[in-house]
Amino acid sequence: MKRLDFSRNETLVALVILGFCALATISDPSFLSMPTLTDLLRGGIVLGIFAVAAMVVLVSGGIDVSFTAIAAFAMYSTTLILVSLAPGLPWPLAFALSVGIGAALGAINGIFIAFFGLPTLIVTLGTLSIFRGFLLTFVGSKLISNLPQSMRDFSKQMLFRGTNADGSFFSLPLAFLALVGVVVLTWFILNRTLLGRSIFAIGGSVESARRIGVNVRAVQFFIYVYVGALAGLAGIIHASMARVANPFDLVGLELSVIAAVVLGGARLTGGVGTLTGTLLGVTLIVLVRNSLIVIGIPSTWQSVAIGVLILVGTGLPAWQAKRAAARAG
Amino acid sequence: MPAAADAPLIAMRGVTKTYSGITALEDVGFSIAAGEAVSLAGENGSGKSTLIKILAGVEQRDSGEISFGGQPQNGLTPRTAAAAGVKVIFQDFSLFPNLTVAENIGFSAELGAGHRLVNRGRVRALAEATLQRLGVQIDLDARVESLPVAHKQLVAICRALATEARLIIMDEPTTALTGREVATLLGIIRRLKADGVAVLFVSHKLAEVLEVCEHVVVLRNGRKVAEGPAAEFDQAKLTRHMTGRDVADAPPEALPPDAPLLMAVRGLAKAGAFAAVDFDLHGGEVLGISGLLGSGRTSLAKALFGLVIPDTGSVRVDGRDVALGDPLAAAHAGIGYVPEDRLTEGLFLTQSILRNVGIGRLEAHGRAAGVLDLAGLWADATDWLKRLAVKAPRVTAEVRSLSGGNQQRVVLARWLSRSPRVLVLNGPSVGVDVGSKAEIHGIIRELSAQGLGVIVISDDLPELLTTCHRILVMKDGRITDELAGGTAEADLARRLAS
Amino acid sequence: MSIAARFAGTEARLAVIAVVVFVAMALLSPDRFLSVQNLTSMAFQFPEFAILALATTVAMLTGGIDLSVVGIANLSAIIAATILIQIAGPAAVGPDAVLWLAASMAAALVVGAVAGLFNGILIAVLGLPAILATLGSGLIFTGIAVALTGGSAMMGFPAATAWLGNGLLFGVPVPLVLFAVLALGIGFLLTRTGFGLKIQMFGTNPLAARFAAVNVTSVLIRVYVLSGMLAAIAGMVIMSRANSAKADYGSSYILLAVLIAVLGGVNPYGGYGKIIGVVLAVLSMQFLSSGLNMLQVSNFARELIWGSLLIFVMIVNSKTGFGMRRGKPAPARPRPEQSSGSGR
Repeated sequence: MKRLDFSRNETLVALVILGFCALATISDPSFLSMPTLTDLLRGGIVLGIFAVAAMVVLVSGGIDVSFTAIAAFAMYSTTLILVSLAPGLPWPLAFALSVGIGAALGAINGIFIAFFGLPTLIVTLGTLSIFRGFLLTFVGSKLISNLPQSMRDFSKQMLFRGTNADGSFFSLPLAFLALVGVVVLTWFILNRTLLGRSIFAIGGSVESARRIGVNVRAVQFFIYVYVGALAGLAGIIHASMARVANPFDLVGLELSVIAAVVLGGARLTGGVGTLTGTLLGVTLIVLVRNSLIVIGIPSTWQSVAIGVLILVGTGLPAWQAKRAAARAG
Repeated sequence: MPAAADAPLIAMRGVTKTYSGITALEDVGFSIAAGEAVSLAGENGSGKSTLIKILAGVEQRDSGEISFGGQPQNGLTPRTAAAAGVKVIFQDFSLFPNLTVAENIGFSAELGAGHRLVNRGRVRALAEATLQRLGVQIDLDARVESLPVAHKQLVAICRALATEARLIIMDEPTTALTGREVATLLGIIRRLKADGVAVLFVSHKLAEVLEVCEHVVVLRNGRKVAEGPAAEFDQAKLTRHMTGRDVADAPPEALPPDAPLLMAVRGLAKAGAFAAVDFDLHGGEVLGISGLLGSGRTSLAKALFGLVIPDTGSVRVDGRDVALGDPLAAAHAGIGYVPEDRLTEGLFLTQSILRNVGIGRLEAHGRAAGVLDLAGLWADATDWLKRLAVKAPRVTAEVRSLSGGNQQRVVLARWLSRSPRVLVLNGPSVGVDVGSKAEIHGIIRELSAQGLGVIVISDDLPELLTTCHRILVMKDGRITDELAGGTAEADLARRLAS
Repeated sequence: MSIAARFAGTEARLAVIAVVVFVAMALLSPDRFLSVQNLTSMAFQFPEFAILALATTVAMLTGGIDLSVVGIANLSAIIAATILIQIAGPAAVGPDAVLWLAASMAAALVVGAVAGLFNGILIAVLGLPAILATLGSGLIFTGIAVALTGGSAMMGFPAATAWLGNGLLFGVPVPLVLFAVLALGIGFLLTRTGFGLKIQMFGTNPLAARFAAVNVTSVLIRVYVLSGMLAAIAGMVIMSRANSAKADYGSSYILLAVLIAVLGGVNPYGGYGKIIGVVLAVLSMQFLSSGLNMLQVSNFARELIWGSLLIFVMIVNSKTGFGMRRGKPAPARPRPEQSSGSGR
């Protein structure tokens, strides 16, 4: 039923990924291997969860740049609480704590956006500074490298391990399941609940949504709480996998994450965005980060490559739209 | 809803609404019975839209009573109004462009039923059943943004009908439709009435729907000025009540035979928009161009000003070719363009009145290194505002604080200050009140008396007939007919629809 | 309209905030905050990000944004540094050094202009949303800077280079003079020239600007070129103050510059903003962070307070009906051909 539609970003990004892999395999046949795949999947966990969160906001017609600060806040304060108060807390509870902190911070965004009606970019720009400033001033600014046992346990759990033909080890951490879970849950919310459809509806036309009786404020509030919760989850996973809680981590990633989502076809104007596209966008960014060197481009050119991808990936559809508009009477 | 047997479906009494001191509705009351179709007529600014919003629960009335089936309604919200069976089809349809047809139709039903989970099958089935009820076929999986206007309207009607509807309010239902589509719409309305659904048409041109209506209510400047059985109204009588004037203005004086040729358009064509457009415009002439929506009139108007790039053809002003597809070249050649949608295309709403005029004259007041002679610029702009009698408390006030008629004069002033040769006016009196409309027509006459060529693009027939020397009728992108000004309105209407 | 209501403009409120912060800090820590040493150090500190804020402001006035300013600043600085190190050499003194400093300034400005032109073409000609275009181009500029330097800092300038960031002109810090001149210049440009007026009108309503025969492509391109050149100047100041050039200097300045502009009352949707507002916002933030420094408050608290200030000002603005309604972009019209007959 579905034909290859080249005007869709998803198709475009998928083709670029395939092309990249083909080039990489030609220049280094060992590229096509389990370690490459597991590195890719591993590198995509935190970025992927962030991207899913950012996509939900973009679909609703907003933009959130504070989620990295929320993640850092939730991750660091959870670790601190564990270390100083409850070292024995099992990891699922620690994760729940981090998610809860994230959701609470997201609720602050939600209040300013849904109930004060402030523009999303400005609010999250402000809360980015607030969350980060609060964290570093009042919670702490020192690296915690001695993670609580439960988090270390978590990071050691693997879905599978193996040894490659050339003797290199590979493994996929349990945390990958978190990304899978987030994707499934978000898919369910977006596509199977009225709440999710309302998110799309608001992104399509806030005024129309209001006119048919969608509770726009409640939906917006939910979005930012949900994004906060996902950020909390991504944060604690990041710390567990890095085996260190660094309060300076993560912040600074926000624009790249949004870029990955837009690369995957989500529109900045709202109403359009898919999980497939988002994951493809993340895949491409991680691939470029991990493996640019394989296709003969030095890794110092990494950010140029990502920049070019963003410009081409968003520029092509924009240019097509502009030409179509000029053609139309 | 347990309704008293004799209570009307909807009854309003003394409904009043003011917006920041300006009265939009004053003491309006009428009622609608089940299965009845009512026309609510009024010019722009008469308070129709406000009334719709109040009935739909989008706005709250200041005072007055509204009852549904004999039950007084206080604190209506969009949800409670919808639950009571009042469904509005707004002029912009208020659809979700990014969602599918099925979802647009089913959304309110899901919302109203309080479902938390969406069942795609249920939504589809409802959408399909509703489409069938109207006897129309539209791809359920198409995104609404990809549909033609008439289909969007059908989707909006389906959405209103998908859940129990007792009253359907249609805001300007025919503006976007061709003659055949209007006929289809009327057929649907008859079916709805047979099912006991009441319909309230709200429009400034209602002649097309009068035949299915039982009752007519006319609003003017926020007040009800006439009411009666539909059989007693025709377009002329409606117009009289809506405008408050008895006779239509006389057509303009004949053009002197030696009027010089000002603009010549030859073979102008753009695929999918218009084709083989030829016409001449003489100094002092007012040329009308009319046609239904989608006839290509707006595309043509934009092409004359370079906002649309034609495929072939030529536009000459004073014997010199004008580069096509370049607004700057068109402006330089002396063509001015007053757009149809004043709010989004014409005005810089949050900027001052002065700046809105002055933006047209920056070049004339530029000094070395792009520095402006501000005093000269503002004096020039103020002068034009005076000449067009723009009523404003301060010229530094934001232009959005002005009424529609004064806003339109600001846009006119911007162009007139450039002393254009040809002025293209797209919908010159859309959204202005009755009094300003007459004054704008007066300005058009004055301009033509000064030797300007004026092109008026409009679907307002009385306006065309009172201002234009000649009227070109467009259909499917071609000029199909030409009439002299002063033709009978019915004649023009017939030739437009044919 | 009462006097109070008129006085409630964004800029007036900011002026009050700036004064209140200054007085509060002066009272809390009189001998240290008001010391000559502190006042001069403030004057050296803020111009670099204030100039970046000016660059962002110009782009935001058109309803766009320029996220590439820091990338441009660093790339320009690295090109300038290359000239200063490789051609002039650290030993250059006297007129020679001044000449090379001027040449490196010129090179930086050219880099800034070219980078801005690139942005302008992406946005005005190819139709990319400004936020994405400058996000992508910012990565590219930074990336080129990384590739040129391998990511390490470039050092070894002629001593004269330090004058730009640390010198005094008639007793006034050079960066402050630079910022004052630029702020006055941009303020003049915005209020007294046709270009400035067009920027604001375009920002208010791009479509109406097109319909009013404004050459919108040219306006947009020139705006981003201007923004790029301002960024290049900021890059030179940063380079001089750090006495080195590096690809990732000032990366936190991107959002800070946007934050200052918004705090200064610049409407992120375009069309409204005054340079005086941006200047007041910069001053408020500098007084606040310096004062807090005196009070031994951690550096990170600055961020917290900046963010709170931003949201506080936005809430006050929206409550007084100033910020939000002004900025609401016109709703997308599903039917471009429809008449706007909303009868109200």
